[in-house]
Amino acid sequence: MYWEPEQERMSGEELAQLQLERLESTLNRVYRNVPFYRKKFDELGISPEEIGSLSDLPRLPFTTKEDLRQNYPYGLFAVPMREVVRIHASSGTTGMSTVVGYTRNDIKTWSNLVARVLTAGGVTKDDVVQISFGYGLFTGGFGLHYGAERIGASVIPASSGNTARQIKIMMDFKTTALVGTPSYAMLVAETIREMGIPVSALSLKYGLFGAEPWSEGMRQEIQDKLGIVATDNYGLSEVLGPGVSGECQERRGLHISEDHFLVEVIDPETLTPVAAGQAGELVITTLTKEAFPMIRYRTRDLTSLLTEACPCGRTGRLMSRVVGRTDDMLIIKGVNVFPSQIESVLFEIEGTEPHYQIVIDRKRAMDEVTVLVEAAESIFFDQMRRQSGMVETIRKRLAHELGISVDVKLVEKKTLQRFEGKAKRVVDNRKL
Amino acid sequence: MLRLRNVESGYGRLRVLRKVTMHVRAGEIVTIIGANGAGKSTLLRTVAGLLRARSGEILFDTREIGNLPPEKIVFLGCSLVPEGRQLFAPMTVRENILLGAYPQFRKNGGSAVGNDFERVYGIFPLLREREKQLAGTLSGGEQQMLAIARALMARPKLIMMDEPSMGLAPMIMKDIFSIVTSLRKGGDTVLLVEQNAKAALGIADRGYVLETGRIIMEGTAETLLSNRDVQRAYLGRDLDAEGKM
Repeated sequence: MYWEPEQERMSGEELAQLQLERLESTLNRVYRNVPFYRKKFDELGISPEEIGSLSDLPRLPFTTKEDLRQNYPYGLFAVPMREVVRIHASSGTTGMSTVVGYTRNDIKTWSNLVARVLTAGGVTKDDVVQISFGYGLFTGGFGLHYGAERIGASVIPASSGNTARQIKIMMDFKTTALVGTPSYAMLVAETIREMGIPVSALSLKYGLFGAEPWSEGMRQEIQDKLGIVATDNYGLSEVLGPGVSGECQERRGLHISEDHFLVEVIDPETLTPVAAGQAGELVITTLTKEAFPMIRYRTRDLTSLLTEACPCGRTGRLMSRVVGRTDDMLIIKGVNVFPSQIESVLFEIEGTEPHYQIVIDRKRAMDEVTVLVEAAESIFFDQMRRQSGMVETIRKRLAHELGISVDVKLVEKKTLQRFEGKAKRVVDNRKL
Repeated sequence: MLRLRNVESGYGRLRVLRKVTMHVRAGEIVTIIGANGAGKSTLLRTVAGLLRARSGEILFDTREIGNLPPEKIVFLGCSLVPEGRQLFAPMTVRENILLGAYPQFRKNGGSAVGNDFERVYGIFPLLREREKQLAGTLSGGEQQMLAIARALMARPKLIMMDEPSMGLAPMIMKDIFSIVTSLRKGGDTVLLVEQNAKAALGIADRGYVLETGRIIMEGTAETLLSNRDVQRAYLGRDLDAEGKM
């Protein structure tokens, strides 16, 4: 089953022509409409007219998360605000999130691309789709919602959290497809077991998971415990949100919608392309975005482009599951967290030392974060009440900054390991 | 069917097209919209061989046609209905149509031409009624039909039309556009250049927006119709005023 058979099975030659047309028109538009790109191209002495082939792509400058931050909030928009019908944001370091916009057409494109992913994962108009991604600034909830609605499936916008209630909904509403993070699927599986509910009481057939890295082992476990076909899908708000790529039932890798995204895999050190099939950092250029086009965006996600064709008939190349990051960003409960965000909060709080450690565990399939902070000596001589007040303050500030709740523990001065050179402040005990 | 890559073209020292990359697939109606002077006609004239591309490639059915003279291009199956019809006013309707039959006459002989006459008269019954009339005495809409009929006599695989609605009353324009649609239903492929972007996008499958010789947007007709830039610039909607209402 395909959502857009013509586009998803386009021949290589046809695709190359379309990509070049769309690349050239995107460059013409960003050069005209986005001062940031115009300046960058001018500085490098590149005019959009010089890009006459897909192999000229490496001549264009990269765009980074830092560029997005410096142009916060609307600096990289390519259309006037009155044409923007939606704004999403993703978390970033030091309190400045990255803001992305969508025109009416962008929302349509988004819906279609997610519909492709859902269809590839098995979902049809006869399915009841429960979306357990958070709805909000995060693109996961809305993106999958639009795609499922576009297909004509019955969509349950369950959003995240309240697992017992989600399971009740799943049983009562006869949910056939679950959408969310893989770790949430694990939690659901464990919870129904604890509640003594047999898998046969559920109507689940498919699971479409994303927003965080997961392994083949975890997939097996989810599939076995929930009795579903679980597929991986990928996206990031900077280039669209979910819908960039997704697995088909073959589960051999994620088909990239190459008619909408031009992908490269580079060595994050040398910034040159890696050999075919080698792992590296994924770089994406959008080909159809109106409000927020991105030229060579460095995703910081590590993946590789697979060379073999897929028997499903889709011609979009396969990328391997994302295996990690090239920066220190953590994905906790599907939310992007930078250690520097935590650091900046701690710096603002009196009575703490600039020494901290972030410990991440996965208990009952859910991520738990504990931040260990060294307290200034004076605090420990004081009363308990002040201590717990301080822990509470830090907890609240962190929750506010990160958008997820974390545990905070004060430790005595000089108890945390000291580092020479690059500090290793994150201890990630999760086994993915 | 037609594929352009980085085509540059112009008149004398004037560079009009700057790296135009586009394509038309068999069975599609593709439209190029853009303001006056954007390079729409230059594009069609370059494909037809009336202007030589300075660089880039033009492939028609995978064959490079950038260096071919116009008559060879017509023989290959790519015909142009030129802007302003370009009929021979002192000749009859039938004679004008016959002029378009030369490639088929050379390829398949006189009997084939007879069949082609029947085909175009089937599409344009009005021209049969007026076949003895001088072309110059026809109304604007009839002249446009005649120009299309003449182009069809070459049995083109791709028919390019340059501003077919120019100077026509809205009612007549509607007729011309429904003829274009019926051509596609008959399996023909159409590349349509129009100032009347709304009408063109109304019948097209896909479109390109040309601005000062550059393509700034590509998409399905539906996408372009709902693009606010296109609406403001080419569809004549005053979005600011609408916002205030």
